[in-house]
Amino acid sequence: MSDLMPYDEAVEKFDPVFGLEVHVELGTATKMFCGCSTVFGAEPNTQTCPTCLGMPGALPVVNELGVEGAIRIGLALNCSIAPWSRFARKNYFYPDMPKNFQTSQYDEPICFDGYLDVEVDGETIRVGIERAHMEEDTGKSLHVGGATGRIQGASHSLVDYNRAGIPLIEIVTKPVEGIGARTPQVARAVVGEIREIVRGLGVSEARMERGQLRCDANLSLRRSPDVPFGTRSETKNVNSLRSVERAFTYEIRRQAALLTDGGTVVQETRHFHEDNGSTTSGRIKEEAEDYRYFPEPDLVPVAPPAEWVQKLRAALPERPSERRRRLQSEWGFSDKDMASAVGAGAVDLIEATVAAGTTSDTARKWWLGELARRANENGLDLDAQGVTPAQIAELQSLVDSGRLNDKLARQVLEGVLAGEGSPTEVVQARGLEVVSDTGALSAAVDEAIAANPDVADKIRAGKVAAAGALVGAVMKATKGSADAKTVRDLILEKLGTV
Amino acid sequence: MSVITRAEVQHLAKLARIELTDDELDHYSGQLDVILSSIAQISEVAADDIPPTSHPLPLTNVMRPDQVRPSLPANDVLAGAPAAEQQRFRVPQILGDEQ
Amino acid sequence: MSDLTALTAAELGSKIASREVSSREVVDAHYDRIAKVDDKVHAFLHLDTEGARKQADEVDARIAKGEKLGPLAGVPLALKDVIVQKNVPTTAGSKILEGWRPPYDATVVKRLREAGIVILGKTNMDEFAMGSSTEHSAYGPTHNPWDLERIPGGSGGGSSAAVAARMAPLGIGTDTGGSIRQPGAVTGTVGMKPTYGGVSRHGLIAFSSSLDQAGPVTRNILDAALLHEVIGGHDPMDSTSIDAPVPPVVEAARAADVSGMRIGVVREFAGDGYQPDVSARVDEAVALLTKLGAEVVEVSCPHFVHALPAYYLIAPSECSSNLARFDAMRYGLRVGDDGTKSAEEVTSLTRAAGFGAEVKRRIMIGTYALSSGYYDAYYGQAQKVRTLITRDFEAAFEQVDVLVSPTTPTTAFKIGERVDDPMQMYFADLCTIPSNLSGGAAMSVPVGVDSNNLPVGLQVMAPAMADDRPYRVGAALEAALTEQWGGSLLSRAPELEESK
Repeated sequence: MSDLMPYDEAVEKFDPVFGLEVHVELGTATKMFCGCSTVFGAEPNTQTCPTCLGMPGALPVVNELGVEGAIRIGLALNCSIAPWSRFARKNYFYPDMPKNFQTSQYDEPICFDGYLDVEVDGETIRVGIERAHMEEDTGKSLHVGGATGRIQGASHSLVDYNRAGIPLIEIVTKPVEGIGARTPQVARAVVGEIREIVRGLGVSEARMERGQLRCDANLSLRRSPDVPFGTRSETKNVNSLRSVERAFTYEIRRQAALLTDGGTVVQETRHFHEDNGSTTSGRIKEEAEDYRYFPEPDLVPVAPPAEWVQKLRAALPERPSERRRRLQSEWGFSDKDMASAVGAGAVDLIEATVAAGTTSDTARKWWLGELARRANENGLDLDAQGVTPAQIAELQSLVDSGRLNDKLARQVLEGVLAGEGSPTEVVQARGLEVVSDTGALSAAVDEAIAANPDVADKIRAGKVAAAGALVGAVMKATKGSADAKTVRDLILEKLGTV
Repeated sequence: MSVITRAEVQHLAKLARIELTDDELDHYSGQLDVILSSIAQISEVAADDIPPTSHPLPLTNVMRPDQVRPSLPANDVLAGAPAAEQQRFRVPQILGDEQ
Repeated sequence: MSDLTALTAAELGSKIASREVSSREVVDAHYDRIAKVDDKVHAFLHLDTEGARKQADEVDARIAKGEKLGPLAGVPLALKDVIVQKNVPTTAGSKILEGWRPPYDATVVKRLREAGIVILGKTNMDEFAMGSSTEHSAYGPTHNPWDLERIPGGSGGGSSAAVAARMAPLGIGTDTGGSIRQPGAVTGTVGMKPTYGGVSRHGLIAFSSSLDQAGPVTRNILDAALLHEVIGGHDPMDSTSIDAPVPPVVEAARAADVSGMRIGVVREFAGDGYQPDVSARVDEAVALLTKLGAEVVEVSCPHFVHALPAYYLIAPSECSSNLARFDAMRYGLRVGDDGTKSAEEVTSLTRAAGFGAEVKRRIMIGTYALSSGYYDAYYGQAQKVRTLITRDFEAAFEQVDVLVSPTTPTTAFKIGERVDDPMQMYFADLCTIPSNLSGGAAMSVPVGVDSNNLPVGLQVMAPAMADDRPYRVGAALEAALTEQWGGSLLSRAPELEESK
């Protein structure tokens, strides 16, 4: 691993320029060029046909909903929609790509020249969108025989083509400059915003942990804003919001150290490693890739009629920024609270939790408190932890009804995160219910009084505040399952202070 | 004058994933050169303002509805595979980058 | 029984429908003929005797039940091995697909089945349809029934030779640069390339996607039209398929009338390089058309001379991409997988072993023409020439209804004569390529023989979706020539069963 420069020093010495290529898997029922199902998690090679297996003689036919999804994404990104657009073949060999060319778009993309506004620390930053084009996904390989399941060191690979041919929209930003130290944060906000947009459009669930939204992070440094862009690196597999931020931070530190040492940045593909937040160089190619693009002769041009585009434009949902303003006022959040919710990617989660029955404040406390802490500890995005907004609402209703206290609620949450079922199921399975039955607690209280005669005396003498120590002893003895208020009332009653 | 060099033929063979022997390289260099030289006359035929034709028919917007059609049974999918394992295509080690 | 192989497909169809003979008898008669002559001709790569007999029996049973089937129900057919047929070996003439049994049927195959046409087997061809002689088949050459030392044309030499040698009354070919018409011309059969998009390409193993088109190979015009009607028409599985009814080809074949038609003779397709008695037969056919009431004029198509180089950029470019899928990962041949080699090495070794010289040559030309830095000068320029050729056609069709020319500059050459000289080989497609580039319909009609008793073909070219016009011209010529000759041209071919 090359040396890293401290971040503050790096961004002081250099001006970072970044770009993103975001791939969104559309949630269509069928693949882009054939009628195979796209349902996630099917048995290997059960959602394939001659077309998506690249068998001799098979031909592609465009999925209309895939084109519609592309146009709607383009419109939401303020792009122009090309009145005439074509597919092209991108030729290169790779075992998980059945035809050894990817059906994509080249110089005639369906959407081009748009922009996206993101809010970071209360400031709105406009990011240019170069293009959004249609293409198809590849199959998935399982690398066997190596130590880590990674491609390096594997003896062979096993390929499943269920994913091959699923529609992808590739969104490419223009270079973003002048952001300085906030580069990683802004990049993260851009990916988060795109995720919110595509979810709002209903064109993709955009679950990053399932690969439904993936991104490549491009970064270059230069000494000052008035000189041309430096050489960029392209980091692949940056597949969570948190990783976007970490990958850019790492690359800024790495490139800064390299350039300061008199080295040069190589234009190369790099890989991001979730475990330690580093990037490493991909295989150095002996020769530059030559994709030999040419118009796909098996498909005819897509020329979306103006009326169609107009209809899709008119039916666009509210923009994320408008929606955020509406939600902020509905929820009564301060600007600061709203900004943290946006930054953490929690807006959808809070909205869904409120819809499931909690107050907005409660939802915010859960997602930005306990859950944000855990996500951070485990290096996961908030929504990738395995707990749903509905479960959080259920948990809160157990607290509200007095069946759980805060401590127990956290234990229940642990059970839910461990996959033990819904909060109610975890409560039952783990036997985690608050005990507020005075009969059951009476003995524990008597024991606590007997064990702490001096404290008991103080309370008898009117120092009611000292009761806390006895409550603590009872809680300890009951392993937290007692209802604290009931215990306190019982202590005071037994010591004759009420 | 030669249009294409032996080194270029080697590069093309690599791009096209065809292993060529030295003899074949010599043979193809000569033949491709003859073919490409005689084809090269084409570069002067059309003026800049002539649009290219990539498709003989002026069709546009041929699309299908997003309706699921049955896939092939996995047995049929793998029947012709040179090697299969765990209902997947078994392929030799991939030396490249993770996609 | 053996005279069943001398009948036309239409005649066989009506005899089967009237139960004068059974489909099974007709199929068996053709298998008998194959057994007797195909060791000399080598038209077939695979015979599906079991499947064909089963299908024939089904047709017979349906007819016995009184079902009304199409005019070709029960008639056998030879299918070019570039079209996939479910569970039947399909190789496209290549080692790389040896042993592959496709898990699906091509649309053409489905339509043949629906019409009750019985597929006898798969016919030989130049590997992946790249060639003009069928010598580039990985499974050995096919011989011309007119002279076994000569080529039957290509790439679809197998289908044309099978039809010419009465091993099948019907054949299917595919035509990318002339692969139906040129074999038709040199074997004395009818070969029709429909309008691009007129017949589905779904299940046709792609050579050059923007040029490939499947079509009928028969011994007479009416059979071609009947078969054309079966396989033609819109297919939602092929995005480039024309969504319109098949032009009235059968009506045109039956009408056989050229009175009042305007016919243009392509000026550029004559002179140096054209065998004199090929030009003579073409001139005589043109004179005959005048006599039959057509108005004949000479037409210039100045860009047609550039069709050949444009084609030899476009077709290899597309094929370099289309054939990339043969990588030893999912189907077909795999070579060198000894556990130490990478996927990349195994792919390269397999393609080296599995592809023949001509396929490799074209893949490399195409890879070159598409690579960065050369695209504009080669592929891009070829696409512009394509526009110019299409404009030549458009200008010509303002004056005339069809254009005519020799189908091929020479009659059948000897096996081995051009196989090491790609440029000479490519020259065989000089006259047929313009129609592929423009997408129009074109047919080769037998119009006589040369001094060596080798067939000569006349090419009739029409605008896109005017497929009926070549049938009108072809049928009129056929009727007049048959009368003039006192029988069909093919009756002058040597009788293979007696020779050697």
